[in-house]
Amino acid sequence: MKPGAGSLRALLAGDRQADRVVPPSGFTAQLTLFAAGAMAFLAVFALALSLAAGRLAERWGSELARTATVRIVAPLDQRAAQTEAALRILETTRGVATARALTDAEQQALLAPWFGPDLALDALPVPRLIEVIEDSDGMDAAGLRLRLAAEVPGAVLDDHGRWREPLVQAASRLRLIGWVSIALIAAAVAAMITLAAQAALAANAQVIAVLRLVGATDDYIAQAFVRRFTLRALSGAAAGTVVGLIAVVLLPSASETGGFLTGLGFRGLHWLLPVLIPLLAGGVAFAATRAAARRTLRGLS
Amino acid sequence: MIELENVAYSYGGGELLSDITLKLAPGSFHFLTGPSGAGKTTLMKLCYGALLPTAGHVRLFGADVRGLGRDDIAMVRRRVGVVHQDVQFLDHLDVSENVNLPLTASGRNAEAAGGDLAELMSWVGLTNRANALPPELSGGERQRAALARAVIMSPDVVLADEPTGNIDWDMSQRLLRLLIELNKMGKTVLIATHDLSLIRATKAHVQARVLRIANRRVQLAGADL
Repeated sequence: MKPGAGSLRALLAGDRQADRVVPPSGFTAQLTLFAAGAMAFLAVFALALSLAAGRLAERWGSELARTATVRIVAPLDQRAAQTEAALRILETTRGVATARALTDAEQQALLAPWFGPDLALDALPVPRLIEVIEDSDGMDAAGLRLRLAAEVPGAVLDDHGRWREPLVQAASRLRLIGWVSIALIAAAVAAMITLAAQAALAANAQVIAVLRLVGATDDYIAQAFVRRFTLRALSGAAAGTVVGLIAVVLLPSASETGGFLTGLGFRGLHWLLPVLIPLLAGGVAFAATRAAARRTLRGLS
Repeated sequence: MIELENVAYSYGGGELLSDITLKLAPGSFHFLTGPSGAGKTTLMKLCYGALLPTAGHVRLFGADVRGLGRDDIAMVRRRVGVVHQDVQFLDHLDVSENVNLPLTASGRNAEAAGGDLAELMSWVGLTNRANALPPELSGGERQRAALARAVIMSPDVVLADEPTGNIDWDMSQRLLRLLIELNKMGKTVLIATHDLSLIRATKAHVQARVLRIANRRVQLAGADL
């Protein structure tokens, strides 16, 4: 039995008479359809998770990597002067595109979730925040820290590294888990289809014996089973993928307040990727059935 | 065509056939006889590559069977039509589809061979049963359908293992006449049977060589047949 393009061509072309030599088997047909459909449904979500996690990792990585914050923690009477001093240093620092002190209103807005909208900033020792945006070359954070320490004693530079790294790492792990899930789903489909194919081959031992007697080659016999299981897996997975996509569409839409979970979905050209799931299921079924048929037929005279 | 040279076959630790030398020449007619369990079916299976000898050489159309791959064996079976006593059909296909199965399995266009199929069905007297399912056939009809399936590829050799075992005398004679006709068309025929009356009836119509399996060996049977 030679694998390759010939088998694939025969699979796609089909042979109505060859398809008929193996009797229809309700149980294995339904099992294969259901397994492929359920696994495709799960694969859609694993794919959505993986892509969403990838987007998150990219966003966190790029957005936070290009920004920094300088906190001015100084007595109230020195805060304005130290803020001005820090801004002057930032303006002359290579790699800093813009630097600006947040207004009272912006700082109030930042604290509003915890203290309410009517917070009087004067009543609390709230540091002044300076938002720093880096240019494409990036700044030398260590050098800037030294300059600030020397000239603005109340300034603390936070380049977001300690926030960014664990977040990006978590998102990257989530993305990896998504891809591993897809691989495990493919392996589970292969295992289930192998079992179903072996059951079908065992149930059709007499059919195989007759076909061997009349001069059918192993390729011909295997093809009858391979084509059947591949088409079942393909159609089951297509149905599962459609249902999975509908479920993804029905998820709440992404929003700032919703966080990660509401961003679980596909964007742009990524909507085309689920099309690959039925093709993957068909490919897995083709390989699994072919291997099972080859093993079984080799054991027969 | 089919040659066995010093062939032995062992099964389950015991030797079933020993030192068998046999040659089926083109156009010859052979009977293989012997008591039940003597090894007739085993010898038949050696003749179409369903079993491999444990010693000696089996040559099918000039090639040693041990050197043949699975696809080569499949090709050999297209040149050797086989009829068993317990005929196996695909019960979900009708008789004409079953008869046509060797053509289908060899990838030949069944529609193109449709005329041949109708002629063949008529030859074995099953034209009216073409659309019946195998379980609906009588024993004799099953044997005739099996013979039609065995010869649809126009094989060089026809092997029939106890073809009349399950059918009455009249039907046996009818089947035998078909096999004799095939031989007259130039086909090599080997029939395994323990029915000596069948052999006697045949010898009136065709020059048949009668072989007997005894004590694990094949001998040329005497004039007492």
